Amino acid sequence: MLEKSVQYVLFRAKSWWLLFAFLICGAAFAEGPQATPSIFAPSSTPADEIYHLSLFVLTITGAIFVTVGGLLAFVVFRFRQRGEDDTTEPAQIYGSTQVELAWTVIPVLIVVVLFLTTARMIFAIQDAPKPKAALDVTVVGHQFWWEFNYPNLGIHAVNELHVPLSNQQSPTPTFLKLLSADVIHSFWVPQLAGKTDLLPNNVNELWVDPLHPGMYVGQCAQFCGVQHAKMLLRVYVDTPDQFAAWVKNQQQPAVADDSVAVGRHVFETQACMNCHTIKGTAATGRFGPDLTHLMSRDTLASGAMANTKENLREWIRHPDTFKEGALMPAMQLNDQQLDQITAYLATLR
Amino acid sequence: MADSTYPIPGAVEAPSRRWSQAAVLEWLNSWVTTVDHKKLGILYIVYAIFFLLVGGAEAIAIRIQLIQPNMHFLSPQVFNRIFTMHGTTMVFLFGMTYIFGFANYLIPLMIGARDMAFPRLNALSFWLTFFGGILLYYSFIGGGGLYGAGNAPDVMWWAYAPLTERAFSPGHAPDYWALSLIVTGFGTIGASINVISTAFCMRCKGMTLMRLPLLVWVMTVASGLALITITPLTAAQVMLLIDRYLGGHFFDTQAGGSAMIWAHFFWIFGHPEVYVLVLPAFAIANEVIPVFSRKAMFGYPAVVASSVAIAFVSLGVWAHHMFTIGMTSVGNAFFVLSTELVGIPTAIKIFNWLATMWGGKIRFATPMLFCTAFVIQFLLAGLTGIILSIAPWNWQLHNSYFVIAHFHYILVGAIAFCIFGGIYYWYPKVTGRMLSEKLGKWHFWLFVIGFHITFDVMHIPGILGMPRSIYTYEADRGWGTLNMIVSIGGIIQAIAVLIFAWNLISSYFKGKIAGNDPWDAWTLEWSTPSPPPVYNFATDPVVTSRRPLWDLKHPDDPDWHYE
Ligand code: HEM
Ligand SMILES: [Cu+2]
Repeated sequence: MLEKSVQYVLFRAKSWWLLFAFLICGAAFAEGPQATPSIFAPSSTPADEIYHLSLFVLTITGAIFVTVGGLLAFVVFRFRQRGEDDTTEPAQIYGSTQVELAWTVIPVLIVVVLFLTTARMIFAIQDAPKPKAALDVTVVGHQFWWEFNYPNLGIHAVNELHVPLSNQQSPTPTFLKLLSADVIHSFWVPQLAGKTDLLPNNVNELWVDPLHPGMYVGQCAQFCGVQHAKMLLRVYVDTPDQFAAWVKNQQQPAVADDSVAVGRHVFETQACMNCHTIKGTAATGRFGPDLTHLMSRDTLASGAMANTKENLREWIRHPDTFKEGALMPAMQLNDQQLDQITAYLATLR
Repeated sequence: MADSTYPIPGAVEAPSRRWSQAAVLEWLNSWVTTVDHKKLGILYIVYAIFFLLVGGAEAIAIRIQLIQPNMHFLSPQVFNRIFTMHGTTMVFLFGMTYIFGFANYLIPLMIGARDMAFPRLNALSFWLTFFGGILLYYSFIGGGGLYGAGNAPDVMWWAYAPLTERAFSPGHAPDYWALSLIVTGFGTIGASINVISTAFCMRCKGMTLMRLPLLVWVMTVASGLALITITPLTAAQVMLLIDRYLGGHFFDTQAGGSAMIWAHFFWIFGHPEVYVLVLPAFAIANEVIPVFSRKAMFGYPAVVASSVAIAFVSLGVWAHHMFTIGMTSVGNAFFVLSTELVGIPTAIKIFNWLATMWGGKIRFATPMLFCTAFVIQFLLAGLTGIILSIAPWNWQLHNSYFVIAHFHYILVGAIAFCIFGGIYYWYPKVTGRMLSEKLGKWHFWLFVIGFHITFDVMHIPGILGMPRSIYTYEADRGWGTLNMIVSIGGIIQAIAVLIFAWNLISSYFKGKIAGNDPWDAWTLEWSTPSPPPVYNFATDPVVTSRRPLWDLKHPDDPDWHYE
């Protein structure tokens, strides 16, 4: 029967949804960093707490869905009109105060439970005290790249954030101060924490307490202009030794290698230095990313491409090839200058 | 349309199918100068369907671009424009206008009046809305865009400051966005005033407020809400234009303005707006479900009260769009609570529909198919809404594809489904002919399948960390297959909508003659000829209950015994 099959397919569609939900939950059994940044595969304290809260809420909403959806299915099948010629009207029922009171009170109770659990978690995450051992990082969002300042370590990093691994006994969480240099951006690394916006003239806060080492992907989550899609983000959770080594390297000034002095000269005489800083040289621009330790990064232009010499040269020649609409202009250098400048930048570890 | 109201001409000449120029002009003129609520209602609906098709085409372009990673179908800039226009079109040009289409056509007929309270204001409102739409789309050619061809808005439909300020959006994109919405907003204000005044002042004898058809009640509540919320939107847009042209600093963060204030202004409009759109969909379901279940609406007063409650509470929940913007924990908790409170009247509504169907004899004609699917989908939309109101979980899901899936469940699964149901239901009244049930079933089937393929699956990339409003994504993120499935579902829906459009046109010429009351319904409009004459009712009707036609059909057991 046609109507019957209509309803059948309708409900089948719902069960697909549930099936998919279970598949995603499956991802949560995998620990540590993943290429697909599932919020159901948490790897840091706030993300983990949110995950458990979400399982609780899923159970409640799932139960409501099964109950009410089941009732609906029952009604649709049970009370279908049978036989076209039966023209008598069914009994008319106009309402019932008792019934309506009952189905008002039940939702009220559910709301109370949901609200209390949620509020508790909001306070636990948002107002969490900051331990002495916490690392401070100031994140500044730019169209379309990220700046990370470590005020206590004197480090300026770009696009790739390094934080130390934490452990239960002596937690070393990272507390992020979030700012924006231009429009609203949003910092989102799903496996580590929920997102928080970066607003101009405002300071927001976010903390992570990472539990597994490795690289976590994320990206800007608030539309911020043409290249919002390629405002990608990587967080490296380093073991304490790795982190110390990274810090030590970042604190060095840029290498002064005589073999690439021409390249350095080109960089300092072209407009590059208006926008970029290379510590220890004349270049002190602030509009674009700091290039002092350029080659210590895995990607260029906030994840738009791998950091190779060829990509670097192509990027400088014409930023639009990788990231149309990026705010760095094409620099109009000739081939020789391009080679020299690339050779120079390639030494900046 | 006018066919049946004109006398059949005698044999003057061999009938020529060719339209003379004068006849076409006269016909056009009759539509442009009309102040008849039925013609204006039809204009609104045609306008809404037209923009549904336009917005749909934009959606398909978006889905083609996202069908696999690193596509180059659209450039980033064009993608952002299409994306913005899709949202703006669907919310303001389709969503805000279908309401007044149904309201204009049906309210006077349902309350036994001859026209709306202010017929000329009515025409003015439509034409303001119309020109607002034209202004928005003119941006594609006008504005001498910064990047060459045109400068359609590319700031997303919520147009967050300071991206819309001069420093970040030179050219005229935000100007077109703001100005066109100010103009359609004026139209909305006029139309809302008209709906409210009509419902309160034009009722026929015997039609007390507690006997108003539910559609009229709910449309009136929605219009009241529209009236309240258009104000902050218009204010914000004027402030934006002051910033852009007069050097104001409301949202200009470079000069110390605030980005957060824009967000508050926008969502104080934007959230209740969702209810402005969805309440009229409920209104349609409230008419269709009882008639096809052959039962009176269960708990009429509760339905009215829950609609008013939804409208009221929805005014206090706007900041649940801002859980990530950095409010205090107390602020966040407050908006969690207020948002979840909306769940209560919403649950009551679902139970009322269920109870109405309970014990009935449900006929699954096309209108009822759409409204049944609506109830189920609305249930799921409500539950994902509850999920999104859990602020910590929202920090993960906000601005991800999960959110897009959620609100399309409302905008498509609830609103579009009810509109389709409503059009199948009232088309016979408006044109005198039935829509084809066969095409209708095809439309329903393809649409419901395409809908679920698209939007059920779309929740998942959100959970897997895919943000919204990105024009492309990396190949290694594991989002590719899901996006492919989503896009295929989108294309199936588009085919269904084309079948619907074809049904609308072909049935107009060849559809089965409807008669006055093809569905055996109970409200006053079904007592008029189809289509109704200009004056609606030959004599002023007098009603004695909520279901005047039931009383006529069942003189032995009339309704008023039970009210
Ligand atoms: C020949 C001179 C220049 C060189 C060699 C150069 C080099 C680079 C490099 C290597 C990057 C990628 C940084 C990273 O991913 O960590 C970059 C990004 C960037 N540069 Fe330059 N740059 C030059 C000139 C400029 C100028 C004049 C401006 C300002 C008008 C500028 C603005 C930017 C911006 C905004 C970015 C970030 C782009 C994004 O990811 O969206 N650059 N530049
Ligand atoms: Cu961004």
